[in-house]
Amino acid sequence: MKKKIRIGIPRALLYYRYYILWKSFFEIIGCTVVLSCPTNKEILDNGKYLSVDESCLPFKIYLGHVKYLSDKCDYILVPRICNYGKGKRVCMRFNGVYDVVYNLFQNNNILNYNIDYLKGKYEFFEFIKMGLKVNKNIFRVIFSYFVSKKKEKKYNLSLNNREINTLKSNKLKILIVSHPYVVYDDFLGGNVIRYLKENGIDVLYSDRMDRKESICYAKEISDTLYWLYSKENIGSIVYYKDAIDGIIFLSSFPCGPDSLVNELLIRKMDNIPVINIILDESTATSGLYTRLESFIDIIKVRRENG
Amino acid sequence: MDRVVSFPHLGNYYIVFEYFLSNVLKCKVIVPPATTKRTIELGAKYSPDFVCVPFKYNLGNYIETLEKGANTLIQGGGGCRYGYYGELEEKILRDLGYKFEFYNMISDNHISLKKGYRFCKKINKKTNLFMCGYYLFNSLLMIIFIDKIEKYLRLNMGFEVEKGSFEELEKKYFNSFKNNGVFKNIYLYCKYKRKFKKIAIDKPKDHLRVAILGELYSLIDDNTSYNTERKLIKMGIEVYRDTDLTYLLITKRFKLARMIKRGKKYIKYHLGADASGTIVKSLDVAKKGFDGILHLKSFGCTPEISAMSILPKISDEYNIPILYFSFDAEDNEVGVDTRLEAFYDMIKSKKEK
Repeated sequence: MKKKIRIGIPRALLYYRYYILWKSFFEIIGCTVVLSCPTNKEILDNGKYLSVDESCLPFKIYLGHVKYLSDKCDYILVPRICNYGKGKRVCMRFNGVYDVVYNLFQNNNILNYNIDYLKGKYEFFEFIKMGLKVNKNIFRVIFSYFVSKKKEKKYNLSLNNREINTLKSNKLKILIVSHPYVVYDDFLGGNVIRYLKENGIDVLYSDRMDRKESICYAKEISDTLYWLYSKENIGSIVYYKDAIDGIIFLSSFPCGPDSLVNELLIRKMDNIPVINIILDESTATSGLYTRLESFIDIIKVRRENG
Repeated sequence: MDRVVSFPHLGNYYIVFEYFLSNVLKCKVIVPPATTKRTIELGAKYSPDFVCVPFKYNLGNYIETLEKGANTLIQGGGGCRYGYYGELEEKILRDLGYKFEFYNMISDNHISLKKGYRFCKKINKKTNLFMCGYYLFNSLLMIIFIDKIEKYLRLNMGFEVEKGSFEELEKKYFNSFKNNGVFKNIYLYCKYKRKFKKIAIDKPKDHLRVAILGELYSLIDDNTSYNTERKLIKMGIEVYRDTDLTYLLITKRFKLARMIKRGKKYIKYHLGADASGTIVKSLDVAKKGFDGILHLKSFGCTPEISAMSILPKISDEYNIPILYFSFDAEDNEVGVDTRLEAFYDMIKSKKEK
């Protein structure tokens, strides 16, 4: 039997957004997907060694994951994303990911697709192009794209439903406004989520809302914003505004879009308690817990007083 | 209330902005006070923690010009984070209690001519498309001339026989830009170019050649980079810099695709802002046999950080030294000087070998 092609997916950055799509796409084509292990100290150290010291923390972690995968698979998936159309750009970091990885890991095969709607690089065609590199059967590739797209939609809907169920509960509710690669990463946002759950607080995630809906809501707060991922975050704030007791802005040092967007949001939120937490490479948690504890106390008092 | 329009500083180009705005809007335009230590301190005080330096400078400029009596502020720009500055700056200034009107010329991360024209029309009802077009054309001409003169200066100023003669003439030339028409501008440019060429220079055959690359704002604005460029020139070095406003506004759109193709060994896609330009230009420069590269950027500039991961490879392959500078609000000038001197000594001894 022919050996299956192994495709490595680093567990960082866009993994948290597109994993379902990628996984089912490659599995239907006939490849196995190799995931890197959850972020740990070793991966961070590797990433720090490889990257420029000013790069943002998630990107350092990303490079660590790529390094972890470099001898465990045949291809590494590194997409390059520029924009999804007018007013739907993404952080400049994603424009350069492919080229940086390509230059740092020259001995590895990189599988890549490029999304740039303004220049006619649409997701569908790019996926087909990428799929043809590993499987020559074009019908299977097209079929797998549509099936995985449907799966992704279903998965997102289930996440959305979960959020709606949490809204119904009577406990204190906190909305976490952050990029998925910061909250869901065990090494970065994991501590915050765990602490909140231990204290009996329901956590809502900004990126689990219906995406199209949240982009429409985003216009209420900021009309010149052009980062797609930030728009989705903002939209969720408007949507949940009346149902939540507090907002946590979770960002990593030094995140480009967040440095501006979060500052603007903090200045515009006047009747909801807000805390801005910036995560860096240090792993000490006592300072973080102190801040979270006092924040929880504040929202508790606010709720008791009505 | 009389309308007083103002805008943030950008290197020497305030001359052009002032000319354009005062002619099109027909109202009082004030240039913000020259950027000083106080400007950056004010800007850094009110801006978010890890935003890049141009934001801090712009905010400082705005505060100082508001103190002087401006009541209409303009923000243009774009490319990376720069496109989103306007909204936050407006909010910060409003929270500080200033009263003003704020006009943001950016739509979807690029300067929008449509928005600009609407703004002109709103303030000066008599203006029309033809007038705007004429002044825009003249302003672009001025930008091109300034860049051409500056380019000549960078190449030759380090070797002047009589110290200060270039700078004196440069000042005179910039002062001559006052409400000139298109033809007068062209005439003045030709006249001054001849004058510049007449200045005696003593260029040895094996002089040092250094290229300055990096992020546009740090390159154009001398205050951000603590006059790094001029200091380098005064050490007797031929400085080469291609990244200026002409490049940004006019030539970039034609060159970019070809440039990326030229650097295909290192990059496949556009890295955003000036980053792919940085890489391809450093490649060109290394092939031409320059003695060194200076890479300037402001702290946290995302596209340039991508470029910085690739530049060491070029440096290794072509054996060309690169000095990296990352400017932030708290940088001290002495540290920059020391590193520049060390760099100069290094490339000099490397050349003599």
